[in-house]
Amino acid sequence: MKDIVEIRWHGRGGQGAKTASLLLADAAFNTGKYVQGFPEYGPERMGAPITAYNRISSERCTVHSNIYYPDYVVVVDESLIQAVDVTAGLKENGAIVINSGADPEELRPMLKGYKGRVCTIDANRISEEELGKVFPNTPMLAAIVKVSGVVDAEEFVKDMEASFKHKFASKPQVIDGNMRALKRSMEEVKG
Amino acid sequence: MAIRERLSGNEAIAFAMKQINPDVMGAFPITPSTEIPQYFAAYVDNGLVDTEFIAVESEHSAMSTCIGAQAAGARAVSATSSCGLCYMTEMLYIAASDRLPITLAVSCRALSGPININNDHSDAMGVRDAGWIMLFAETNQEAYDNFLQAMRIGEAVDLPVMICQDGFITSHAIENIELVEDDKVKEFVGEWHPEHYLLKKGESMSVGAYATPVYYMETKRSQAQAMIDAKDVIKKVGAEFGKMTGRSYGLIEKYMMDDAELAVIMIGSSAGTAKEAINEMRAQGKKVGLIKVRSFHPFPTEEIVDALKNVKAFATMDKDDSFNGHCGPMHAEVSAALMAAREFGPLGINFIYGLGGRDVKVESIEKVFAELEKIAATGELGETYRYLEVRE
Repeated sequence: MKDIVEIRWHGRGGQGAKTASLLLADAAFNTGKYVQGFPEYGPERMGAPITAYNRISSERCTVHSNIYYPDYVVVVDESLIQAVDVTAGLKENGAIVINSGADPEELRPMLKGYKGRVCTIDANRISEEELGKVFPNTPMLAAIVKVSGVVDAEEFVKDMEASFKHKFASKPQVIDGNMRALKRSMEEVKG
Repeated sequence: MAIRERLSGNEAIAFAMKQINPDVMGAFPITPSTEIPQYFAAYVDNGLVDTEFIAVESEHSAMSTCIGAQAAGARAVSATSSCGLCYMTEMLYIAASDRLPITLAVSCRALSGPININNDHSDAMGVRDAGWIMLFAETNQEAYDNFLQAMRIGEAVDLPVMICQDGFITSHAIENIELVEDDKVKEFVGEWHPEHYLLKKGESMSVGAYATPVYYMETKRSQAQAMIDAKDVIKKVGAEFGKMTGRSYGLIEKYMMDDAELAVIMIGSSAGTAKEAINEMRAQGKKVGLIKVRSFHPFPTEEIVDALKNVKAFATMDKDDSFNGHCGPMHAEVSAALMAAREFGPLGINFIYGLGGRDVKVESIEKVFAELEKIAATGELGETYRYLEVRE
């Protein structure tokens, strides 16, 4: 299938990688795309490595398997790059986005010879500063949108603002923080 | 205008239930179908439906609740998976033989052991002789569409209907879906006015009575006739649904079968993966196709024989095993259909695949076609009872 973008998320149980993949599916859906957003289910527990996936395309994708040759990989927890083969099958013309305060070239040696684009974003710090706690979902989502271009950046920001307004209708004070986290992440992603 | 949405398969079923607003839901949770009663309970709590939601202590009781309600003259629904469906088994037979058109959503999951929460069809296939109409969905869209058609089908022949989808693979995956407007759903599904029911004033009746050998067999024969009659009803309702939505349904779906020399016969979500494999192989000039079985019971014998007529080699794909030493349940049905039609041309093998959530990839299906190519070229069937992608 042409023009399909496949994304694999690596996180730890409880960190919200699944939620982030569903949010990305929502964002792409809202710009008129066909989407798939699904986690790989197993005997989950807090802290255990988990995987989630997105397919985004302009026609319905009929494939219902996991993703083995992703265009992009998102690593929500930096410690996973030591524990999981995060670049397995990752396309060289794609990219990996890692939640880390380090520079991309510092992490590259740990990526088993991956030659493609390596990006980092300090999502933990951004969320702590803007939301008051470690909640890396929103900044990671913004970073992958920026890096992949799978959703138009401007449309994405508008769409997320509307969805935060809906989601946090009863606590409007967190809308601004989330929006700042989102925009900062799009500006600060390195690599 | 249809409503463009994105929902998981479980959300889609709960939404269909909301639009239908059934009288009673009997429910007990089990992974991966738990979300269906969970979302539906929220609709009940928010006053969006006036369904009597009966939380029970087991699946056996969930189905018993449905049986009591449906016999009283209500429309009843439930949802379950895996061992939950096993635990319902006794009552599934009662529902069918009492001719109660209950609708049950099944998010299919493997059976223990080893304990496993992921998808295969062992649960649904394990109750295939209970007398229920069984429709399978490839996508969230089909799960939703099938559920909207279920009552029209079941109520026309007085049989219960099981709407099956693949646990997690479609039940928990968010995908695009086109929803039908509430008023159209209401008009399509219609109201349920059974001819006979327990609460009918001035007419006494008994449901679930004892039948001596003098009556038992005639009861079963009429049940069998209802299942035979269901074939035409499923096609008629599927065509009518198509007029409303543009999505028509029959007993099977044929994909690239017109000139196909090699074919796979499949059920459920992996049929979509097979379509992509077929697209890729067609681009290489290979004449390959798919027969997707939507209605497992009643079994589409004529349709499958007709679709296989000019095929050189085919593989029936069973996502479960009968452990009978020679084939899975669908291969047995396909083989019997070919035999009954005196159609001995196509060479057929059986693959057991995707058990307990073993991922089924585009390459998995390509491997099956590679085996079929060899069989078509040599005329040698080899072992007909095979396992796909298993470590021996």
